[in-house]
Amino acid sequence: MSDTATSEHSEPDTAAEHHDTEHAHPSDWAYVKIAVVLAVITALEVFTYFESVVDWGVALVPSLIFMMIVKFYLVATWFMHLRFDSKLFGRMFTAGLILAVGVYLVTLTVFEFWV
Amino acid sequence: MSAEPLVADHAHEVSDHGHDPHATTTGLSHIKLAMWVFLGSECLLFGGLISTYLLYKTRGNGRTLPTDVFDIPFTSVSSFVLLMSSLTMVLALSAVSRGEAEAGRTWLLATALLGGVFVGGQVYEFTAFVREGVAFTTNPASSAFFTLTGFHGVHVSLGIVMLMSLFVASVKGKLTQRNAETVEIVGLYWHFVDIVWIFIFTVIYLIPAD
Amino acid sequence: MAITEKTPLELGPGDTARYAERPLGVFTRPQEGRGWRDWLSTVDHKRIGILYGASAMFFFLVGGVEALLIRLQLAAPEGSVLGADVYNQVYTMHGVTMVFLFIMPLAAAFANYFIPLQIGARDVAFPRLNALSYWIWLSGAIFLNTSWIVGGGGADCGWFCYSTNSGVAFSPSHGVDFYAIGLQILGIASLVSSVNLIVTCLNMRAPGMTLMRMPVLTWMLLITQFLLLFALPVITVALFLLMFDRLFDAQFFNPDAGADPLLWQHLFWIFGHPEVYIIILPAFGVVSEIIPTFSRKPLFGYEFMVFSGIAIGFMGWGVWAHHMFVSGIGPISVAAFSLSTMFIAVPTGVKVLNWLATMWGGKLRFTVAMKFAVATVAMFTIGGLSGVTHSVAPADTQQTDTYYIVAHFHYVIFGGGVLGLFAGLYFWWPKVWGHFLNERLGNWNFWIMLVGFNLTFGPMHILGLQGMSRRIDTYARGYGFEFWNMAATVGSLLIAVSVLIFMWNVVKSKRDAPHLPPPGPDPWDARSLEWSIPSPVPTHNFDTVPQVHGRDEWWHTKYAENDEGQVVRVATTEEAAQTGEATGVHLPSPSFWPLAVAVGLPLIGYGLIFNLWLALVGALLTIASLYSWAMEPVDDPDAAHDHHEEHHEDDDADPDEESDPR
Ligand code: HEM
Ligand SMILES: [Cu+2]
Repeated sequence: MSDTATSEHSEPDTAAEHHDTEHAHPSDWAYVKIAVVLAVITALEVFTYFESVVDWGVALVPSLIFMMIVKFYLVATWFMHLRFDSKLFGRMFTAGLILAVGVYLVTLTVFEFWV
Repeated sequence: MSAEPLVADHAHEVSDHGHDPHATTTGLSHIKLAMWVFLGSECLLFGGLISTYLLYKTRGNGRTLPTDVFDIPFTSVSSFVLLMSSLTMVLALSAVSRGEAEAGRTWLLATALLGGVFVGGQVYEFTAFVREGVAFTTNPASSAFFTLTGFHGVHVSLGIVMLMSLFVASVKGKLTQRNAETVEIVGLYWHFVDIVWIFIFTVIYLIPAD
Repeated sequence: MAITEKTPLELGPGDTARYAERPLGVFTRPQEGRGWRDWLSTVDHKRIGILYGASAMFFFLVGGVEALLIRLQLAAPEGSVLGADVYNQVYTMHGVTMVFLFIMPLAAAFANYFIPLQIGARDVAFPRLNALSYWIWLSGAIFLNTSWIVGGGGADCGWFCYSTNSGVAFSPSHGVDFYAIGLQILGIASLVSSVNLIVTCLNMRAPGMTLMRMPVLTWMLLITQFLLLFALPVITVALFLLMFDRLFDAQFFNPDAGADPLLWQHLFWIFGHPEVYIIILPAFGVVSEIIPTFSRKPLFGYEFMVFSGIAIGFMGWGVWAHHMFVSGIGPISVAAFSLSTMFIAVPTGVKVLNWLATMWGGKLRFTVAMKFAVATVAMFTIGGLSGVTHSVAPADTQQTDTYYIVAHFHYVIFGGGVLGLFAGLYFWWPKVWGHFLNERLGNWNFWIMLVGFNLTFGPMHILGLQGMSRRIDTYARGYGFEFWNMAATVGSLLIAVSVLIFMWNVVKSKRDAPHLPPPGPDPWDARSLEWSIPSPVPTHNFDTVPQVHGRDEWWHTKYAENDEGQVVRVATTEEAAQTGEATGVHLPSPSFWPLAVAVGLPLIGYGLIFNLWLALVGALLTIASLYSWAMEPVDDPDAAHDHHEEHHEDDDADPDEESDPR
């Protein structure tokens, strides 16, 4: 939020330049590549379900969570353009995300461990 | 300092004229900022429902739990469908912003269809669960499960309605390069619903119950 | 997204605007005017602010009558004014009304009216959404209160409506259903408004108005909007679950089926504690504007004020379980939350010290607004101190659910929130209405309210420590509760008198206004931009968008340091203020659709409770209105002045065409 403090009201022409760079989005091909990565990760995730193939042991839950985060991150940064857009958007979103993870993790663990 | 500065010079006057959507303080569009702010809020909404399910997932009151009747291969397919709809969505945006109305329309329709397949799969899943003895009122776990996934399904359905509205607008020739931002906004919503499902799929379906 | 405007407001001076529209041929697109209908379709942030304020004051009276009923019942032992059952409903609805229907909308009134003015904007980012927030809020407020008539009584589960009291078994009337659905509707209203105001603050500031130059009122309101944004979804989840439990037999709060009633408590208080800051921060902002003005000094430690506000906003998320010390959450949780609660007192203390330091050595002028502001600081401090006593968990075990708690939260909510907003009413009244509130009556209002308030809630500390529990409908003789209860009841009657005086003041000062000199743009010699434009504020706010060079911009336009370092006046208000005479400023057109959307929501609510078909009707109405809204152009980026014709092509036979100003 705070970085906007310095961004003064922009003149129309600089705003237009801003416009161009802001929307310099990747090619369709890049999107397809991301989608392929997502598909592969999903396949891996589903693979864990068939325990008979590989025994993941204690690594199961951490690796599932890791793969989830990667997918989440890829969609947010590429498909939702957070990577290319103003940081302010990402901050608004991550504020909610971090807050949600924080309060709900505490709530759930209060039920389980804090007693 | 005199009274002078309060009276802005004319150049500013013009730049404040709303025709240029970038004449905002941050240079960002209002509506996109609004959408992101709103999505931040949605995190807490879905977070609450997800937490409720996580708290209750093993509380079966002696009856069948949702986890007992999960059909992982089936859900994997529908999850995959939803994931791919994010690709078609972003391709739709990219086409519309290049001014390729035809292609944009096709991708919008594809996205809506994939979303429809997902919702259809969910309806099938729900009926199957009910048949197997896990209904909405069976136990805390089932109530939480249906509320969470149902609520997500409603979000997807709303997204489909928006996509179809865009599709109709496009057919009428009203969705031009200039309105690409509208597609982008709907897209943000759509991708958000998708990442919520990425979360749900792992945390609710894939991670074993105990 | 269908319901939001695609482009920002037209801010500059345009040629004469043309508003005639008739999107679906249902409503004639209204034009801004003066009649009552224009209030139904207005999208002007100032009018919406006034609507919020007026409705909030109405519900203040409703909640006040409920409070008086409580106090009459408790005035003497074995009271028989209300039965036990009605008593439960009255105190629940009192709390819900005061929080959701009085204090929050009154703060929203200030936010709507003053955020755009203080940042130098002509309206909020999404004017129609702003109207939508108000109408949804109003429809939710009315819906909630109709439970007295059609719901078999008000909700009777206390304002925090703990499970399992809230279940059908213990609360068989429809009161709690109305609570669950009504608060969801109110939540939608606040959510929409928070998104709108956040975007406004971030994106509509006048040139040069950096974040760290924003007036503290705007800052506190911005933080409040973030708290709303993130807290409301949490209670929405809780209410959603409760609604499903009660109406559709879900098992979320049924301990017999293995559910955990603590889930409700957590969700409620994750929302509930930020909510108390939602209530108090706007009042802090108001006080931070008034004290510097009447001390003729800049606010001491502006940065500290802002950052302590932000700190409160953050820390407010980490203390919720202090409401649950006796709920069996376990010693580790109790210790952790006890500590975090003690820490949150720090930024709050910073604020109090800053206000004191602002007054220190200032040229104080004790107008009614200033008196209310100083009283706010004092009363809030008392409430804050008793709050610190509950943060000590063993002490709280003794205090919780007693009148000591009731005393605490009234000192913060009434002493901090309500007195603070009253200060704001006296301060900004001339700006909004173009005439002052009468200071003499204002003094009566202030002193009677202050005495009445302390007489009502001060004794509750004692009663609580004596062991009188909260939410009992009566008490037996001989516990030593008689005297202080009677005192509290007398105090509450004094508060009622002071509110009547306020209302009389509103009427009288309007009546006297024509015979008195008008206040002019800047009657208090104040500091922020809203005082640089005429009172009442012209529809378009600013003739020219101000260029901002620093904090307290308006003050520095009037004053500067001379060579000896003394502050001297360099421009009179008349020279420096805008005249408000600009014409042809293009403003967003009014719309009936926000109202239409809002009408659908209570229908959905009644439908869920009584008959699902009705819910369907409500849903269709809402959706249809949303669609019509989306079809109704605000303005078109490329063709703002021509697109009306375009539009009318597929909407022939338009009677408005003739009346079109062009
Ligand atoms: C006219 C002055 C007022 C009086 C005499 C008054 C009186 C009371 C009393 C006696 C109770 C306790 C009922 C019980 O626990 O048995 C109560 C509860 C409450 N009051 Fe007030 N009140 C007043 C104004 C306000 C205001 C202005 C607010 C908020 C802005 C407020 C918010 C609350 C809340 C949140 C509760 C808790 C309700 C619950 O426990 O569910 N009150 N009030
Ligand atoms: Cu609290």
